[in-house]
Amino acid sequence: MENKLYTITVFSENSVGLLGQITIIFTRRAINIETLSVSPSALKGIHKFTITVLTTEDIVSKVVKQIDKRVDILKAYYNTDEDLVFQEIALYKVSTEKLLGLGSIEELVRKYHIRILEMTPDYAVLQKAGHYEETQQMFEELSESIGVLQFIRSGRVAITRSKVERLSDMLESIQQKFEKK
Amino acid sequence: MGNKITGAHAFMQALIEEGVDTIFGYPGGAIMPVFDALYDYDKHINHILTRHEQGATHAAQGYARVSGKVGVALVTSGPAATNAVTGIADAMLDSTPMVVITGQVGATLLGTDAFQEIDVVGITQPITKWAYQIRRPEDIAWAVARAFYIARSGRPGPVVLDFAKNAQIQEVEFDYKPCTFIRSYLPIPEVQPSQIEAAAALINGAKKPFALVGQGVILGNAEKELLAFLEKADIPAAWTLLGSSAMPTDFPLNKGFLGMHGNVAPNKKTNECDVLIAIGMRFDDRVTGDLNTYAKQAKIIHLDIDAAEIGKNVKPDAPVLGTTKETLPAITAKLNPAKHTEWIESFKEYETLEFEKVIQREVHPESGELTMGEVIHKITHATNNEAILVTDVGQNQMMAARYFNYTKTRSMVTSGGLGTMGFGIPAAMGAKMGAPERTVCMFAGDGGFQMTIQELGTIMQEQIGVKMIILNNHFLGMVRQWQEMFFEERYSFTEMQNPDFIAIAKAYRIDGTEVHVREDLDAAIADMLKDDKPYLLVVNVEKKGMVYPMMPAGATVTNILLGD
Repeated sequence: MENKLYTITVFSENSVGLLGQITIIFTRRAINIETLSVSPSALKGIHKFTITVLTTEDIVSKVVKQIDKRVDILKAYYNTDEDLVFQEIALYKVSTEKLLGLGSIEELVRKYHIRILEMTPDYAVLQKAGHYEETQQMFEELSESIGVLQFIRSGRVAITRSKVERLSDMLESIQQKFEKK
Repeated sequence: MGNKITGAHAFMQALIEEGVDTIFGYPGGAIMPVFDALYDYDKHINHILTRHEQGATHAAQGYARVSGKVGVALVTSGPAATNAVTGIADAMLDSTPMVVITGQVGATLLGTDAFQEIDVVGITQPITKWAYQIRRPEDIAWAVARAFYIARSGRPGPVVLDFAKNAQIQEVEFDYKPCTFIRSYLPIPEVQPSQIEAAAALINGAKKPFALVGQGVILGNAEKELLAFLEKADIPAAWTLLGSSAMPTDFPLNKGFLGMHGNVAPNKKTNECDVLIAIGMRFDDRVTGDLNTYAKQAKIIHLDIDAAEIGKNVKPDAPVLGTTKETLPAITAKLNPAKHTEWIESFKEYETLEFEKVIQREVHPESGELTMGEVIHKITHATNNEAILVTDVGQNQMMAARYFNYTKTRSMVTSGGLGTMGFGIPAAMGAKMGAPERTVCMFAGDGGFQMTIQELGTIMQEQIGVKMIILNNHFLGMVRQWQEMFFEERYSFTEMQNPDFIAIAKAYRIDGTEVHVREDLDAAIADMLKDDKPYLLVVNVEKKGMVYPMMPAGATVTNILLGD
């Protein structure tokens, strides 16, 4: 089976050591985490992990079940890129002098839809949101033309295209079933 | 609100609320306040002082496995916690409900490499269902309730509570509520009627159905439901190592032991059946051999409580999620009564073959040195097949699994998944504590016995009436067997010079006998079983005994060596 990029989404209780519990499941199978993004979800007290990994569907399905099984994990699932609207954000620090030396900043802004977050006589910080290939292309172009002093890219964040069960509905039904008992 | 008590006392009361009456433990610096409180609760809680923390965990496992209750081990921080790791990992792989409490340095010292500080939660997270550090006394009641709920519910397993010393000392108002619900943890999946229908339809259409019985039947308390299921549709069944004793040995549809050293017929029939019904088992590599050639001709039904087991090793045509207590009777209700006489008869050919090639010479030898099989056979019969079997790991384990017989469930305690040498003695102590009215026979090799031999001290102090049998071949027998078969008889570090085991037992004031010849065996067994006291029987068996049949690791399930 061919390796493919899968996006794993995990909802968890916000308890200490959760990230460790998740990463050891990848470590056991020697799977490298390509990107990782963790933040509070829309529901208070629940954290959302977005993890991308290069692996096969067979393996990702097993890994997700093993993550889902952990006591403090509320829900885990995986998607391929076709199922998702996703984004990464990248910051580029460049020399102001060299940036201005490019001639037209407008061209760069229009081409890459960048925002300029800060500009001092010494340096400028540019921001670009996009898919990996897009932020990477701009990085390569800038590196070649004026050089990049610092570069950072976030992990992926993603939203599913399909109509999936909302976590809040899932929690409500779990609670109701428990109360009936 | 009530009066304030120390965290250590709150902890004791929480254990009592959870019905704990037996603890296996070993005191030390970071758990001393808890041991001090234990001193006040000696009427409620029987604490067994083991001789090593590994022993405490295996004893808790043995206790849990025979009683169905949660085993409890109580140890200190640092080296005690790392000594407990083997037992925790063992309980994880064999789904044994256990709560291990480790002491920890005070919260202000955490992360400073303080004396006997180690990251217990970090170490045990991969080998527990849940690992939690109690840093404040207010968390005690909640954490204990949650620990026991998680350990015993669903697919059971070990939980670690790492108890910081300040939380043991500080005072708290004790208010206990048992845990019955965790929103992120649904231990028993709801039975899906469509899955039941699909499974029943496959079985109803089967001409050659075959069931594989795992520990999930025992853990689900579904032994009766299993027999009813098998009888209604006349389905022959075999068992995994951990599924031992789920069916009585003499149950007519019981076709024996699966896997590497299992019986010939059930392994061969795995690749001949048309519907394979796996019940609470996880298709371990020691059962399946090469997955690429495993039961490819069959439709596969997999009953399990753990969704992560479905499709992990073998992809089922009909998965059935739920506890066997609910899923088995639900399927049985939809089965047409059937007879598969011809199919069941077809097992006989292999049974005869195995008897002639293997069992005859192993269990009923007429001359030559004593064999492991005959010792086990004689002992199981001497106990009317009513005893609990505990094993160590290796040849002794496989021989005992093959030749010990059962009339009751929860009668087999062994280290299956982890294969922990040294498991035998402490697990047998726990088993006897968990089922004091029953005879407990522990078989070990001369290697494994010496890995936890210090627990003879515990047996002496508590007068735990375990019957210990060393099958002494002066070798690390299973490794030696592999060296003979696969490493050109290069016996690299497997021969052992052994001590006088009986003299050691005597030093611990434990009775014993050593047997060298067949003529003395019956009398020695009778002497061992004459009362309920601890006893060591050392049987010197043939040095180069082999466990057959054998399916080599990674081979096809039908590729069985008989040693002829």
